[in-house]
Amino acid sequence: MREAEIGRLLAANLLCALSIVLAAVIPAAFLDGFSVLGTHLTWLCVCSVCVATLNIILHLVLKPNQSPKRRSFAHKISRFLKCCIYFFMSCILFHAIIVLYGAPLIESVTETFLFAVLLSTFTTLQCLCLLGPNVQAWIRVFSKNGAMSIWESSLQITSMCSILGAWFGAFPIPLDWDRPWQVWPISCSLGATFGYMAGLIIAPLWIHWNWKQLTYKSR
Amino acid sequence: MQRWPVVLFLAWVCFLFFAGIGLFMSGFLLTRIELASSSSCSDPLVPPPWERQSLPPGSCWAPQRFSKAVLVIIDALHFEFARFDPAKASPLPYENKLGVLHQLATSQPRHARLYRFRADPPTATMQRIKGLTTGSLPTFIDVGSNFASYAIQEDNLLAQLVQNGRRVVFMGDDTWEGLFPKKFFRSYFFPSFNVKDLHTVDDGILQHLYPTVDSGEWDVLIAHFLGVDHCGHKHGPDHPEMAKKLTQMNEMLRSLVDHLGNDTLLLVAGDHGMTETGDHGGDSEKEVNAALFVYSRAPLFGSGPPEEPETIPQVNLVPTVALLLGVPIPYSNIGEVMAELFAGDGDAVSAALQQLSVYHINAKQVDRFLQSYSLVAQDLPAEQLQHLQELFSSAVEEHTQLLTQVQGTTVPPELEPRLGSLISRFQHYLREARAVCTQSWARFHPLRMVGGCILIASSCLLCYMASELATSSQSFCRSCLLYPLFWGPVGAALLWLVHVFTQEGLDLLLVSSWAAAASQLGFFWHWWGQHLKRARLTGSQPPLASGGLRQRLRAWLGLAFPMGILFFRCGAMFSDSFVVAEARVAPFLLASLVMLLVGKLHWDGRLTVPEAVPAGLAGDVASREAPLGWSEIWYLLCLVAMFLVCVRLSSFFHQCREEIPQCRPSVFLSPLASLKNTRAKNLFYLLCVALLAGLVYAVQSWLRHYGNLNSSGPLVLFVRWGFPLVVLCIACYWAVASSADDSLGKLQELVQVAVVVFPRAVYGLASVGLLLLLCNPMTVFAKDTRESAGSIVTPYLGVPGSEVDFLHVIPQIYKRMQESQKSRLERGSCRATVAAYGLGSVYSAALVIALTLLGFLLMLLHSERLSFAFLLLFLEAFVLLHIHTCARGLAGDAELFSVPWYAVISWLLAASQFFYSTGHQPIFPAIHWNAAFVGFHLDHSTNLLPAVLVGANTFASHILFAVGCPLLLLWPFVCEMSSSQRKKPKKESREELQEVEEHMMEMRLRESPEQFSTALLRLGLKYLFVLGAQLLACVCAAMILRRHLMVWKVFAPKFLFESLGFVVSSICLLLGISLVMRVDCAVSTWFSQLRLR
Ligand SMILES: [Zn+2]
Ligand SMILES: [Zn+2]
Repeated sequence: MREAEIGRLLAANLLCALSIVLAAVIPAAFLDGFSVLGTHLTWLCVCSVCVATLNIILHLVLKPNQSPKRRSFAHKISRFLKCCIYFFMSCILFHAIIVLYGAPLIESVTETFLFAVLLSTFTTLQCLCLLGPNVQAWIRVFSKNGAMSIWESSLQITSMCSILGAWFGAFPIPLDWDRPWQVWPISCSLGATFGYMAGLIIAPLWIHWNWKQLTYKSR
Repeated sequence: MQRWPVVLFLAWVCFLFFAGIGLFMSGFLLTRIELASSSSCSDPLVPPPWERQSLPPGSCWAPQRFSKAVLVIIDALHFEFARFDPAKASPLPYENKLGVLHQLATSQPRHARLYRFRADPPTATMQRIKGLTTGSLPTFIDVGSNFASYAIQEDNLLAQLVQNGRRVVFMGDDTWEGLFPKKFFRSYFFPSFNVKDLHTVDDGILQHLYPTVDSGEWDVLIAHFLGVDHCGHKHGPDHPEMAKKLTQMNEMLRSLVDHLGNDTLLLVAGDHGMTETGDHGGDSEKEVNAALFVYSRAPLFGSGPPEEPETIPQVNLVPTVALLLGVPIPYSNIGEVMAELFAGDGDAVSAALQQLSVYHINAKQVDRFLQSYSLVAQDLPAEQLQHLQELFSSAVEEHTQLLTQVQGTTVPPELEPRLGSLISRFQHYLREARAVCTQSWARFHPLRMVGGCILIASSCLLCYMASELATSSQSFCRSCLLYPLFWGPVGAALLWLVHVFTQEGLDLLLVSSWAAAASQLGFFWHWWGQHLKRARLTGSQPPLASGGLRQRLRAWLGLAFPMGILFFRCGAMFSDSFVVAEARVAPFLLASLVMLLVGKLHWDGRLTVPEAVPAGLAGDVASREAPLGWSEIWYLLCLVAMFLVCVRLSSFFHQCREEIPQCRPSVFLSPLASLKNTRAKNLFYLLCVALLAGLVYAVQSWLRHYGNLNSSGPLVLFVRWGFPLVVLCIACYWAVASSADDSLGKLQELVQVAVVVFPRAVYGLASVGLLLLLCNPMTVFAKDTRESAGSIVTPYLGVPGSEVDFLHVIPQIYKRMQESQKSRLERGSCRATVAAYGLGSVYSAALVIALTLLGFLLMLLHSERLSFAFLLLFLEAFVLLHIHTCARGLAGDAELFSVPWYAVISWLLAASQFFYSTGHQPIFPAIHWNAAFVGFHLDHSTNLLPAVLVGANTFASHILFAVGCPLLLLWPFVCEMSSSQRKKPKKESREELQEVEEHMMEMRLRESPEQFSTALLRLGLKYLFVLGAQLLACVCAAMILRRHLMVWKVFAPKFLFESLGFVVSSICLLLGISLVMRVDCAVSTWFSQLRLR
């Protein structure tokens, strides 16, 4: 049972990683002069949209949080709207935090905001998929013994890795190498993406190896 | 542990660090060795005999071409100032103002020429004067002695001139007086240091210049004008004032030229350029690009000027002028003669012969210098010297060969090309020699550097170990404090004995570092002995030891996150880009540290409210230590948000470095006086004053809140009335200082007085306040309602009149007193009491008062609008303390007496963040020299006072944060009251008595004086450890990267600033801790007096 679930997690995560790789490669065939560094904003949009759609599809297909209750259509709609609002708010929050961390306040607002959207996609969107618009549950997941399934463990790991990646991505900015990727926010968004991908791969392995220690409490 | 060993121990640790810094500095910032030899007329390197006979009288080494010379130095004459472009339609204020140079150069191309005059860094005036007279390269360390000019010991142009009987007359910058004491035939010195004074020096020179020139009683006349430089410092180059100043210089030169005779050489030179902000000191293109203009009434040059002005190094001036005037070239000159000035008016061949002979003399002199230098010092690489030697001897050989074939002044035509090639060989040799010197004159002493590094590293280790080890036991005090203190002198004495036997050179630095090393060894030796003893004691229980190991591992993991941030901070010192960008790196790391703290609290489940957890988890959560309500968590989150906003806002006060060209310095850095818009000026002025008043109000209401403003002691009176007075004085000073110079008309003299009087009043008031604080630091108001001496002290009675007071002015009573003086029975029966207002925050109150006073002083030294930054500093520190307290409360820390690492590290990160946010950068041009003139209008008689003022200005944030460091320990105790009040509704059933016992606040510290001292010691050690780790990183970076391209531009200044910052911080830390101890003493006496009554 567990093995199978880890297998499903691995497959889902690999799909996500693959989608990120494809998001960097495929658009070049359709758009003239597309490159991750050159047309960074386009890539940010494409990547966010890809990851978001894939996550939603995977969530619908795999149904990791088996909620037995059937809910009315109106409820679903309100839930969806709530999700949208939450996502938007998280984008704003990330934007604010990024600015507080030293990003330019007025110049390159678009870049900063799209970067915030990317970060939200990597973190908040997954929370929304897995836990719904339930902030209490989110808060619970991100504490030491908060994860209650391997999906939630994976969520923990990928979110932290992407944030950590974004944080480390800020390091090369002051260096005087004059590389194109040192421009704000390219290194940070690349860092977040690589962190996310690393998280996607680490999560199943980590869960696999820490089999014994993980005792999830049932709801 | 008692009080004095704590201070002694900390002072000893500081001494260890100082010794390490000193040792490293002596190895890293070595000056070039100055040779004592000097050239003389009879030196054997003179030209061959046939030429010697033709030397006219009064000439040495080469025939004299000019009998007189006028050297006009216009300080900071940038090349762009001197260049004239008639095609320019709308010149900037500094462009096209020196028209006379252009006019002379175009109308008499063989008489006048303009050069780019490349200054060697450091481009401080004193170093440049040294370079311009010795023909050598002054080294980095000299920058530090800019305040004090020391007489030049080396052979120099002026010494040669005087030695050969020339009359040298000087007028202008009095820096020369210190550099060349008693060298001048006649001199007119004018004070140079007040950069705000544009006219004194220039007007003084102009008054004496023409009469002196006309009198003819001189051979060499030097005039050093400072107006342009001061105008740059005050207004920047792009200012109408600069146009006025340059126009004045133009007029001066125009009439000077008319006064000159045919036998006079005129040199107009800038000692360095200036940056866009009018500063100098570094090695950026704008700073080193000065101008040189040469003119004489007799034709000088063989040909017309080149299209683009030639670039020549400043050292070339010395040999050129020396030989033109017929005096020997100074001994340590490494410059190359400007050959075109020796061409004369003969044909090409005789010109080439002339040039060849001066090159020959020049090369011989440089070779002689290199040889004698390599005998004294080993820093010039041997193989390069070898190579230079070969170049030189082959050139000389060729020269002698050539000369044998030349008869008189006729040269066989087939030799003409050889003349040219020989000249270029000499040129090549001279340039190579200069390059070798330039490259390797930053000479290091690796052994001392490594020694200093090791000393600092082991001091860091010692700090860490002692901070973990410090317990209240007496044995620690003895073994780890007294023995090392004993070992130190023993080590020093041993070294002295060795010195007596071997007769080797010994300096104070070596002795002190030896003593430091010996005492450190003593510490580690005793520590190891104790460790073994303890291991033997605990060795019998292996299972406990393994459990201890796991615990220790967990503790290490807990340390990982603050230490990780510290590691990043230290690692950043090794990259020049990160050092350049440190103003952004420090806030980034600080924000990360605080966010990580919150994240970690959350990860540990401290931020979860029990209600929010699903039912299944409830049991688990309940087992954790009482998670607090939402309000507590929101409070923390709001604090963090406020903190982040503070950190972000502080970036609006940054100064720029030249390495980041797109950076614009903050508008807040310029003084109000430079604002042209009167309305904005008034608005900013009002804002600044309102802000000061707000600060006073905030401090007073904080003190009132904790009941520290009730007593009628002198200190409290000072806080009540002295603080507003200080603010008034500062406001008056700002008003006077920021008013336009010319708008006041007749009041000018009054203003001159006021500018001095107000700051002095502030200094006086602040020192009165600090003295009061030292004499009587108690801000406690005791209300004694006991009827007789024998009656009982009870803990609590509502004495205050109003409801607000009732809540906030909680009487505090020392618990031990209750216990020693009465039984519980008696207490129940009698209600008499001593109510002591503000006893619970008596330590913090003293610190807050001291910090406020220091804050006023430091704000006074900064430009007016930086008071915003200071407000932000106080606010951020306040929020940080609250975050620390709140996080501790949430984490349920049992160890109240130990300050966690993250708090210390964030405190220090905030200190370095505000170093940048008060408009500083670790580079010399960014130093706010103006601070030396706050309250002192004229020149200083000593250098101590300006050094203190500028130092206080530069390290303002270091001072404030270091003095405030004990607050990290005290704050959780102070805030105890408010947090327990918030919890009040939950436990109404509790007895009033218990409530009061919770309100012990800082008196908990008095409860266990041993632990209190130890806690202060551990806090001090932790602070020193973090400071020391940063210093160590800087030191290692400077040592490892000493051949880095950026070492003199980035790493060496960073190291200097960091080590000075360390010295300032550690001394202020000691002062802060001593202040707390002083308050502690006062509290003890107070209690004993109370008991007696
Ligand atoms: Zn100068
Ligand atoms: Zn200057």
